[in-house]
Amino acid sequence: MIDYNQILNIPPYSYRKKEKEDFLTAILGELTKHHYQKSPLYKRMMDTLNFNPEAVIKSYQNIPFLPVSLFKELDLKSINDDEIFKTMTSSGTTGQAVSKIYLDKETASHQQKTLVKIVSNFTGSSRMPMLIIDCSSVIKNRAMFSARGAGILGFSIFGANKTYALDDDMNLNLEVIEAFLEKHQGKPIFVFGFTFMIWQHFYKELKKQNIRIDLSQGILIHGGGWKKLKNEAVSPQAFKECLNDVCGITKVHDYYGMVEQTGCIYMECEEGHLHASIFSDIITRRPIDFTPCDIGETGIIEVVSILPKSYPGHILLTEDEGVILGEDDCPCGRLGKYFGIHGRLKNAEIRGCSDTYESQK
Amino acid sequence: MNHKNNDDILNEIKYAIGTNKTLEAMPTLKPFQPFDEEIISYLNALSKDILKNKEAKVYPDVITFGFWCRKASINIQKKAYEHTIHKRYGRGVAFHIAPSNVPVNFAYSMVAGLLAGNANIVRLPSKDYQQVDLILESMERTLKDPEYQALRPHFCLIRYGHSEKITEFLSALCDTRIIWGGNQTITAIRKAPLKPRAIEINFADRYSMAIIDSDQYLKATNKEKIARDFYNDTYLTDQNACTSPRIIFWMGNNINGAKEEFWQALNTIVQDQYTVQGVQAVSKLATLCKLGATHEGIRRIQTKNNLIIRVALENIEKDLMDYRSNSGYFMEYNLETLVELLPLCQSQFQTLSYYGVDLKKIENFIKENRPQGIDRVVPMGTTMDFELVWDGIDLIERLTRFVKTNV
Repeated sequence: MIDYNQILNIPPYSYRKKEKEDFLTAILGELTKHHYQKSPLYKRMMDTLNFNPEAVIKSYQNIPFLPVSLFKELDLKSINDDEIFKTMTSSGTTGQAVSKIYLDKETASHQQKTLVKIVSNFTGSSRMPMLIIDCSSVIKNRAMFSARGAGILGFSIFGANKTYALDDDMNLNLEVIEAFLEKHQGKPIFVFGFTFMIWQHFYKELKKQNIRIDLSQGILIHGGGWKKLKNEAVSPQAFKECLNDVCGITKVHDYYGMVEQTGCIYMECEEGHLHASIFSDIITRRPIDFTPCDIGETGIIEVVSILPKSYPGHILLTEDEGVILGEDDCPCGRLGKYFGIHGRLKNAEIRGCSDTYESQK
Repeated sequence: MNHKNNDDILNEIKYAIGTNKTLEAMPTLKPFQPFDEEIISYLNALSKDILKNKEAKVYPDVITFGFWCRKASINIQKKAYEHTIHKRYGRGVAFHIAPSNVPVNFAYSMVAGLLAGNANIVRLPSKDYQQVDLILESMERTLKDPEYQALRPHFCLIRYGHSEKITEFLSALCDTRIIWGGNQTITAIRKAPLKPRAIEINFADRYSMAIIDSDQYLKATNKEKIARDFYNDTYLTDQNACTSPRIIFWMGNNINGAKEEFWQALNTIVQDQYTVQGVQAVSKLATLCKLGATHEGIRRIQTKNNLIIRVALENIEKDLMDYRSNSGYFMEYNLETLVELLPLCQSQFQTLSYYGVDLKKIENFIKENRPQGIDRVVPMGTTMDFELVWDGIDLIERLTRFVKTNV
């Protein structure tokens, strides 16, 4: 069986191409067998795709990937119902189907440990005072564990004296922020939030009210995607510059990740590249035949992670598009692939007789 | 509704052909009898105008429509109605709501309305299509001919956004409302009441299948043409039209050999002419996985790439059509007898297209089993051909009044 305790102690950016490929192939092959035995739905899908997990697997790149949308439509799990520790859901808007990810204690704990390993590679291992650019109510409703709440809780272990910068109406809580900053003056501060929330409710408000606060000692980690900011034509570079302008922050790290593979996030390094740790990997694939793209060639993003054991989400095809920029040679020094995300796959204008009234958004 | 409100509503309508005055005068027009000579003559002139237009040549759907409107072609269709034409009259005003993503459908609907003797209000697709513009220009040019002046009051081709008020206004004005799907649109538009004596014709969401006799197929010497026909039935509309086959049934004694040649020939065309975008490739895979996860014995048959996805079925199950996809996704089943089709013959089943199968056999199958579905049985390659009987509905009959006279 997979010895996670040992594996999770390996430094997250320490394997070169060949070593990492062997490592992932061994573990993901094991996981594929595991899910094949434990999840009847997964077994049937592998059978449908003519894949035999017992045969020799030359590379994890050859194991079939499941489209991530399946987690919205099927209850995919490799544990009994009484072993479910928590169910995570994606943060879909009302009326949309959400992904349901079933976690047992073991998988949940591995997710948390992995997140710590990855993030502390960027923040250092000591806890810092934490400023969360969100409202406290998003984590209070535990009944449905949304991706936003899970993200905040997950990252909270890096922080002490957790303070929410927004009130429940998403207004800037200046008094609280100022008290927090005064208390921790001169110390490094961990700032966390979702990209759009930070832009909309933090940056824009500070700008509008013409207030400058001092976060020059801060390190900001943010994720959740650029879709809304793209609509406002805000580039990652502009995002950083604007934030620096209102609060003097210089260390800003985006991350790419999804609720279906919580824990294995892809952090943006000092060079502005997203990095795959040894616990996960990305492969870009061509629409025409799903063969892997070359470095520099845009494709559909497949993500693999060694963590999903309670549900068969270890090898997934996303609906995102991106490009691998290089492997083992990022100037930041971290080994493994580094890449950029272009956003969602473009919606195809499919012909045929569908509705006269297109869905009204 | 008072007068001022009506004016406000009318001012939101954009006319491609017609004016507010044309629209308001429509209920007072005298209907024609079906297949009126003046209308057939107009359609023939329209056909000529379209077919001589160089710009139209690149659009096979526009050209097909041009041919469809020729006098000779209309007269063939007329034959089926000859015994009752003299007793029938157009119902009055027909309000057509065309689908947004089949460019030329509006034109066929309009022509059916004209041939039945009605005045026509046609809501054009909201998306811009060169095909629509080309046909509108030809209609306009042909109407300018003094010979067809008298027909102009029967034409209103309009565009408007999502306005319930306009839909309500036009619904209250018409004698027949025709909605070209799908289900959501029908539900939305049905909220707008019709006059007590008005009727509606709705074309709801449908799906289709095809059947091929392997022995006949292998004997065929024109496999390239067969592949082209099948391509036109499917990929030309991203296999997403209600007429596009989603399951292929194979009959006969040489199924494996026939399959190999058939898909090989199709692949040659598809590889040359179709592109699959990322979203389509992912969505086909997702549908396949969902089907496989929830049904026994589903196997993907390896193909060269994502352009053609083949899925072998072991059993016919009632819910298979909930797992249909588009853009080149084909379920396949080896059929011993037609009776095996029955679980799929629900009312949503529209077109069964065939190659090499004896039509009599299919007709007998329908007669003996009287399934709720299957409204059309047509040769492969003709699934998209518009006919005045569509989806089991005779448009001429529905769009006319039958005047009964007794001695």
